[in-house]
Amino acid sequence: MRTKTLRRVALTTASVLTLGLSLAACASGGGSSSGGGTADDLEAALEKGGTITYWSWTPSAEAQVAAFEKAYPKVDVKLVNAGTNTDEYTKLQNAITAGSGAPDVAQVEYYAIPQFALSDSLVDLASYGFGDLEDQYSAGPWSSVDIDGKIYGLPQDSGPMAMFYNKTVFDQYGIAVPTTYDEYVAAAEKLHAADPSKYITNDTGDSGFTTSMIWQAGGQPFTADGTDVTIDLQDDGSKKWADSWNRLVEGDLLATTPGWSDEWYKALGDGTIATLLTGAWMPGVLESSVPQASGDWAVAPMPTYDGTPVTAENGGGGQVVLKQSKNQALAAAFLKWLNSDPESIKVFLESGGFPATTADLESPEFLAQTPEYFGGQAINEVLVDASKNVPTGWHYLPYQVYANSIFADTVGQAYKNGTDLNDGLQTWQDQLVDYGNQQGFTVNK
Amino acid sequence: MSAIATPEPAAGAAQARKPRKRVPYVRQQKPTEGRRVKKSILLTIVMAIFVIYSVVPLIWLIVNATKDQGDLFSSFGLWFGSDFNLFQNIADTLTYRNGIFVQWFGNTLLYVVVGAGGATLLATLAGYGLAKFNFPGRRAVFAVVLGAVAVPGTALAVPTFLMFSQLGLTNTPWAVILPSLISPFGLYLIWTYAVDAVPTEILEAARMDGASEFRTFFTISLRLLSPGIVTVLLFAVVATWNNYFLPLIMLSEPTWYPLTVGLSQWSSQATGVAAQPIYNLVITGALLTIVPIVVAFLFLQRYWQSGLSAGSVKQ
Amino acid sequence: MASVTLTQSRPMRRNRKDWRGWGFVGPFMIVFLAVLVAPVVYAIVLTLFRQQLVGGSGFVGLENYALLFQDPKFWESLFRVTLFLVVQVPIMLILSLLAALAIDSARLHGTGFFRIAIFLPYAVPGVVAALIWGFIYGNQFGLTGSINDLLGADILQPFSSDWILASIGNIVTWEFMGYNMLIFYAALKVIPADLYEAAEIDGAGQFRIISGIKLPALRGSIVIATIFSIIGSFQLFNEPNLLKALAPNVISSYFTPNMYAYNLSFAGQQFNYSATVAIVMGIITAVIAYIVQLRGSRQEVR
Repeated sequence: MRTKTLRRVALTTASVLTLGLSLAACASGGGSSSGGGTADDLEAALEKGGTITYWSWTPSAEAQVAAFEKAYPKVDVKLVNAGTNTDEYTKLQNAITAGSGAPDVAQVEYYAIPQFALSDSLVDLASYGFGDLEDQYSAGPWSSVDIDGKIYGLPQDSGPMAMFYNKTVFDQYGIAVPTTYDEYVAAAEKLHAADPSKYITNDTGDSGFTTSMIWQAGGQPFTADGTDVTIDLQDDGSKKWADSWNRLVEGDLLATTPGWSDEWYKALGDGTIATLLTGAWMPGVLESSVPQASGDWAVAPMPTYDGTPVTAENGGGGQVVLKQSKNQALAAAFLKWLNSDPESIKVFLESGGFPATTADLESPEFLAQTPEYFGGQAINEVLVDASKNVPTGWHYLPYQVYANSIFADTVGQAYKNGTDLNDGLQTWQDQLVDYGNQQGFTVNK
Repeated sequence: MSAIATPEPAAGAAQARKPRKRVPYVRQQKPTEGRRVKKSILLTIVMAIFVIYSVVPLIWLIVNATKDQGDLFSSFGLWFGSDFNLFQNIADTLTYRNGIFVQWFGNTLLYVVVGAGGATLLATLAGYGLAKFNFPGRRAVFAVVLGAVAVPGTALAVPTFLMFSQLGLTNTPWAVILPSLISPFGLYLIWTYAVDAVPTEILEAARMDGASEFRTFFTISLRLLSPGIVTVLLFAVVATWNNYFLPLIMLSEPTWYPLTVGLSQWSSQATGVAAQPIYNLVITGALLTIVPIVVAFLFLQRYWQSGLSAGSVKQ
Repeated sequence: MASVTLTQSRPMRRNRKDWRGWGFVGPFMIVFLAVLVAPVVYAIVLTLFRQQLVGGSGFVGLENYALLFQDPKFWESLFRVTLFLVVQVPIMLILSLLAALAIDSARLHGTGFFRIAIFLPYAVPGVVAALIWGFIYGNQFGLTGSINDLLGADILQPFSSDWILASIGNIVTWEFMGYNMLIFYAALKVIPADLYEAAEIDGAGQFRIISGIKLPALRGSIVIATIFSIIGSFQLFNEPNLLKALAPNVISSYFTPNMYAYNLSFAGQQFNYSATVAIVMGIITAVIAYIVQLRGSRQEVR
């Protein structure tokens, strides 16, 4: 009898909540039409001033915001470090789901942009005249922000892949710099045989690495046309990579140190890990976080399958403007300044970043740099050269953040058990197809 | 889900056990203290293993808080590195990113004072009410509280988050404080404690004198309950101090982070493009995070141990 | 909270409705309803819908529950935490019990030191504990690496799939052994001295005293500690989630039901299905906790 009161309370609460739920649905579902402004609005917004919030975890953000506020004293940019990559995306997605709490401008890596674009959370910046900026950026990064003619952001950095190798270790064991994957596998065998504690590289299965390697091998496993998605992780490129990498996985030639762990940093410093196939932003990380290996590392082009120079983009990202922004013109103006104004890019370069802007990539000053860390090698020549050899036509899934989150469950199992990567890719594909269909996409295999 | 746990069998069980209890609110002397017992070296050695197990990770933390990042990567874990960098590390931890650590410390204190303080107050009032009054709906309270405890808090984060964001509470201290105001364990402890610690006769006498219930509570009962309250407060402080998941979801701005979330953010900034590993600061920060709570335990142990003993009589 | 005696205050005014108690219980219940019951109710509402990335939200009735019962990932995670519970909880509680009995026996040199030293890990936040152990488990510069070097072989592999559950169990045991010890110790401390005196007159030895007096007196605390440990095991999240960065292929995104629910929500945007996992886990936990409480109490009556 007493519980009646309680039940009534519970029921009332429930109905209030149901109301809340439908409100939430409205808030997140009611996407307005894309950015209504024009290029002129940008200048006007900067003149008028205001306050915007900017989420970023990059080391250059603070100095860039300071420089911007100095140039435009009427604008107040609130910089928030909402977490590093996926941590930030979780918070961003939460804010979008909740219908409030998102920043005006956010840093998002290239692989995640389609996901936010698809959920209608980002402002199409084309009407602000951002399409005219295309020439300023190298092709790979630009294709990541330009989705079906809608421009969802501007590239900040890029990560054309190269091979970073520990020259000291290579010299010690008389290993020549591999130019093909056959040579790379041979080098792996030779090194590990000479010193069983040393490995050619570490790889415990990393979705970003795998997708980039498939990209380099000429694969196009993901294509998306609106909500029509095609997934084929057994296309020629995917297979080519898996077959070649299988030799390392099945031969136990890869260090099982997870990337970015404390152990990993240590292994980069003491020669346990002899090469890294990764993006051109890596020198900044090595210099600041593996100082003990100064003078050991060098840079070479990526190994290839048939000798034709080809690479891919790995990592890197840009900034986007969110639809929740109450001052989209000002946010867009800030974004434009952030990723095209020479002053901002100068700050970015000083922080050790690798640019996406062609002018900076081709500037003689940039190319001529010979960092002491790399024994005086002109590493930027190698890296900029790489940026020109990125195949076009690559797409990420419109739910790549989710896809990456289940990578370890699927492809990672092949790594763990030392079995065929192709099986792992197949499992990954199956789960991605299921998920896509459940979420209302039309997924073809 | 709350109706599953009905209190009847429990009540029956306690009744059946009742004869064994002797005036539990009178503090018992520690039974073995009065007697002379031979100390056992063997037992001491066995227990020393327990202590080593418990303390080694903490020693590891202290030792490694004295190393810079280079030494961390190159020296033996349980011995000191080439340089003694503890003070440098502490200084760096406190000043990194304009002293954000100090701000996190302040936030944690705020959450602890308001959250744990509030939780203790609510649990004390409610536990006392349950122990000393027979009011309509009393059984339902028990069932609902027990049932709700069983639902995984982590998984409720999403509904809670969506609700709070509708109310505009996300990214404010309230999002962290409000949920930590509930301590079912505290409620239980005060409940069991109050049954005997506050004799019903005293309450009846106060009522005869015409004192209001709240007046009686604050002037008489509160004092009698104080060992129990200190215990609840300490457990609530630990729970709030260690709170991680909820603030992680609720807060997007580091300015409101508690120490735990801040530390894990520092730990994860070693990842990806533009990675900036600061393992030495993570380790030093972890040490600085546990020091205050350990000190609090050491100083207050007399209180919470007696409170816990009294509470356990009823178990 | 097994055996709270709801009947104890029965002698007080039974004749008319006495609402004064609500004055004390009310504030707690209001907050409780707002921050715990309301999300549970909301979660139940959520389980009846399905929201898609493309196509919005729709009412699906009990479909999410039907899906869940056929979901091998869910059952695998449930099996894993059950295994964890069956192994880790008894080990932890037995160790706690031994420590409590040893400290209570007064046969130790420096009892106070032992008590506080064993209890200390409880003061370490779970996040920090996982962080510390993550470092220690490391094969390169953790203690594990040093021990393996000493043994001359990779004997200890805390992050391999055979070991990972034990590695997590170790962290949880480390965190909560002292806490449970204290609960037991507190119960031992209040055993009336005359019971011991009677036993001594009967000439009972230490072990007889333990089995005849101490263990029966501890039964209530053991039930409580078991229930809390069961709830804790079923809600296992922080430790595996933080160790996942170090053992990505061994700790899957559905390693425990709670991790599964979390990843469904925050990586997959499957809020409705995630809520279903939460609710079903809540029911399972409540049922098991209830059975343990029932059995524990029944034995006591006997």
